[in-house]
Amino acid sequence: MQTNEKVVLREEEISSALTRIAHEILERNSFDPPPALVGIHRRGAILARRLHQQLEELSEATVPLGDLDIGFYRDDVGTRPDAPVLHASHIDFDLAGLTVVIVDDVLYTGRTVRAAIEALFDYGRPERVQLAVLVDRGHRELPIRPDYIGKNLPTSTAEHVHVRVRELDGLDEVAIAEPTAVASL
Amino acid sequence: MNHLLSIEELDRAGIERIIAQAQRFTEVSEREIKKVPALRGRMVLNLFYEASTRTRSSFELAAKRLSADVVNFAASGSSVEKGESLKDTVLTLSAHKPDAIVLRTPWAGASELVSKWCSAAIVNAGDGKHEHPTQALLDVYTLQRRLGSIDGSSIWIVELGCEVRYELGELHTADVVYALRMQNERMHDTWVPSLREYAAWYQLNGRRLTPSQVLMHPGPVNRGVELSGEIVDSPQAVITAQVEAGVVVRMAVLYELLAAARSATAPPPEPAGERGRERVGEGQLA
Repeated sequence: MQTNEKVVLREEEISSALTRIAHEILERNSFDPPPALVGIHRRGAILARRLHQQLEELSEATVPLGDLDIGFYRDDVGTRPDAPVLHASHIDFDLAGLTVVIVDDVLYTGRTVRAAIEALFDYGRPERVQLAVLVDRGHRELPIRPDYIGKNLPTSTAEHVHVRVRELDGLDEVAIAEPTAVASL
Repeated sequence: MNHLLSIEELDRAGIERIIAQAQRFTEVSEREIKKVPALRGRMVLNLFYEASTRTRSSFELAAKRLSADVVNFAASGSSVEKGESLKDTVLTLSAHKPDAIVLRTPWAGASELVSKWCSAAIVNAGDGKHEHPTQALLDVYTLQRRLGSIDGSSIWIVELGCEVRYELGELHTADVVYALRMQNERMHDTWVPSLREYAAWYQLNGRRLTPSQVLMHPGPVNRGVELSGEIVDSPQAVITAQVEAGVVVRMAVLYELLAAARSATAPPPEPAGERGRERVGEGQLA
């Protein structure tokens, strides 16, 4: 493991960031009908599930929840050494007329979100699409901006941001790794 | 994987990877827009020297669902009838720079030859009496979906010429019965006295099969010859499931061949004893 990793968000901070995002979603949307949450595989999908639970408790409404694997929509097909292993997406509700909040862990270049928006439109025509991210680390390469941000995290492009979630990694934390540590991987 | 010429080239892990990918593609078929841009800008050339509506159309549909461009080239009505050789046809069509060529010919081994003549990924879609690897994959896929697991299942293949057993008395011991078509077009000599006699001896019907046995057939069915009409329509037949599987399995094969970078020259030598390449991790996708 990397030794020069710096933890920037701990479990309680992640949890309160998600609570705040849930409140913001509640304030900014009419809930008639309630917005749908769609998480991007895999950590985005897990964060969406947590947001979903909070949002249903706060609003006392039934909030549709789905997830997307955007692998088929990436713009770097044919430049990778091997075909990426993909997961099925699950969107089993009608998107027409809904506000959809796309949820992801880290917002970086914006290419993943672009792919997610394109994928979403293959399932139907949402009324409005919003974006919620736990961490915005900057360095956008596309004109995409988030509507809900857990934390703004200034980084250099050489650094790596690791979002860890209990469901997959055994603990909740966000850490920044220095570039030197990556070489030792 | 650079080509799919023979099912022998795939080990169990490779087959399972394709089957799992096909499973994921079933979700695409249920969307409002049944299409993903995974192979956008890629070209798939269907080169068919034999009539095969199903195989060709399912490859075409598979390529289109992945947003690839498809060109169909049928040997009849083309310069092949004017005497152009397979090699010249392939070289000419290569000028269009296809990323994959799906090849159906009556000649065993033709797809392997073609793979040496051009840089496209070659998919063998049937080479005469030799192989039809995507059919094998879709059969495995269909059976796995129906039975859960096919390990240890007893599978009987009922066909003329496949004379391992001459009688069908023990047929009830099979879990799966796979009937093959009477290939009239390949029967140049008198292999059977008459279709009626064949049907009397070998036709699968409600008397020969029990309802729990799974019935497969690659299509097209000669109703009343190798299968009775009632059994074709029964719930134990998975013949239409095989057709559906044909599209998703071929999507998985094209995706496997074309979604990764293709080396223009020979693939780099792999270290001994380490044939499996490392897969792209999930973290890199996010």
